Amino acid sequence: MKLQYLLFACFLFAGSGCDLFESDGFNVDDKGTLKVVFDNVVGDKDLTLNSGSYVNAAGETFNVTTLKYFISNIKLTTEEGKVVVYPQESSYFLLDESDPTSLTLTLTDVPAGNYKSLTYMIGVDSLRNTMDVSKRTGNLDIAGKAKGMYWSWNSGYIFFKMEGASPQAKPAADGTTNYRYHIGQYGGGFGTPPVKTINNLKNSTLTFGTDMLKVRKNKTPQVEVKMDVLKVFTGQYTMKLAENPVIMVNPLGANVSANYIQAYALVSMKNNVP
Amino acid sequence: MKRVWMLFLIAGCSTVDPKPETPTEYTFKAPEGFPATAYRFENTPITQAGFELGRSLFYDGKLSRDGSISCADCHQQEAAFSHFDHDVSHGIDDRLGTRNAPALFNLAWHSDFFWDGGVHDLDLQPPSAIMNANEMDESLDRILEKLRKDSKYPAMFRAAYGTEEVTTARFLKSLSQFMLLMISSNSKYDRYIRKEAGVTFTADEQEGLRVFNLKCATCHPAPLFTDLSFRNNGLKPTPNPDLGRALITLRDEDRLRFKVPSLRNITESPPYMHDGRFSSLERVLEHYNSGVQATENLDPLLSQNGRRGIVLSDAEKRALIAFMKTLKDDTFLSDKRFSHP
Repeated sequence: MKLQYLLFACFLFAGSGCDLFESDGFNVDDKGTLKVVFDNVVGDKDLTLNSGSYVNAAGETFNVTTLKYFISNIKLTTEEGKVVVYPQESSYFLLDESDPTSLTLTLTDVPAGNYKSLTYMIGVDSLRNTMDVSKRTGNLDIAGKAKGMYWSWNSGYIFFKMEGASPQAKPAADGTTNYRYHIGQYGGGFGTPPVKTINNLKNSTLTFGTDMLKVRKNKTPQVEVKMDVLKVFTGQYTMKLAENPVIMVNPLGANVSANYIQAYALVSMKNNVP
Repeated sequence: MKRVWMLFLIAGCSTVDPKPETPTEYTFKAPEGFPATAYRFENTPITQAGFELGRSLFYDGKLSRDGSISCADCHQQEAAFSHFDHDVSHGIDDRLGTRNAPALFNLAWHSDFFWDGGVHDLDLQPPSAIMNANEMDESLDRILEKLRKDSKYPAMFRAAYGTEEVTTARFLKSLSQFMLLMISSNSKYDRYIRKEAGVTFTADEQEGLRVFNLKCATCHPAPLFTDLSFRNNGLKPTPNPDLGRALITLRDEDRLRFKVPSLRNITESPPYMHDGRFSSLERVLEHYNSGVQATENLDPLLSQNGRRGIVLSDAEKRALIAFMKTLKDDTFLSDKRFSHP
């Protein structure tokens, strides 16, 4: 009887701040912050740029000197199945292993709610890839943060960039044995007549199971995601640096993107971070 | 009532803009009979100050790594903004590129740039030449830094955009404003078609126009004199052929295809083809008459009725060249708006 009364009161005052259920209650108008922390790993080890030496599925020894990728188009799905889209304008994050602060995505003004999953894109969607240059600011500024993540000659963003060296890599003309994976391409649609090209845009969804991700006014849940570099080289396709050390605008880019989309996985989700 | 009147006064005042009017010669006006433009003008209003900033940038070596190469080095006005007498681009440190610098005009009608169509927006065309190691070999962020520290540019940015802030978009859109006004539509041919007083075609020119319409106009239709498509015209393959369009699309059917160039001002922009292999129009016509090779993706128009190429008699070739000379636009080639500031 008393509980019913309370629920009724909540109903009445929803919208003006009913906080009677202290742990789970929230006002539909509340906004909260959500942190998504990316950790680039190599199997069960943390990735160490330059000095770390690793072995891929093809048995090749390699290091990683550069690892950068775009995360964009973030969406949250509520327990009722409603999709909340994080404002697209603010959702282009450029993660750079050499800049630890770039690996934490702080999403602000997220509607309070219980969310069962979080979806993000690796790369820059086709719309933004063809948008007016005045809309390409911040992480998408080709003369700023996106420097090195943009192909000027085919006017497209590089979604995922991983570089390093491997003694087994097929030597370049100058004898060096470096590898370079620069993966982009958004499906085209340009030209007369329009031409469809490879589409390496991939979405990854993290599901939180029975534990809902709880965004609240005063609590900042934290999601930790790992990206396993070893899986970039294997999964659907086993990549061999001895055969193809340089993959950029190349059909093999589709194999690399098919691999790396499976390299992202949920590590933990913590609701009670004050 | 009094309050409403006051508001009206204020609103009325704000329409009296102190900004100088842009003279008509700095507004974009599509010539009569031209098709719809491809450029997104709604995002780039053209002003005289924006145009002049773009013009200054176009002629400035600061856009290259060591200050030695400007856009105008490979895009010379007297050569219809192509690189006169250079088969391939001659850039920084005397390095050579792999392709012929295309002529620049009527760019608002193009939706795909470069011989391979790799860039789909005029605003984003300059970074490709700027960042190319064989051309200007410079990065955009360094250019913006140079412009910020320059003695004249901050004031030019203020004049064009209201503040001195130098941004990627402002930099690129200034170059676009300059290039968008490079319209070529006043050749003898244009004046003949417009039936302007005193403009007549000679018998040779008339015959050339007839042969042109019969044998060339499918790929080079007026008024742009290109259909903007990508085709393989059967050039003799080199040991390591440039795959052209396929480098962008990765499609086998695009191997050896290149963008069809406009024939406007063609007499002024030798040499010809994506690699500048032909030094004269006579050699180009002879290629179509007798030199077309059966390479992969050869354009079907160049292989009809069991014969490769386009049959051209010597008289037809002479007439075609007479006709192509009528596409020279002296107004455009000597327009002071586009010359070195």
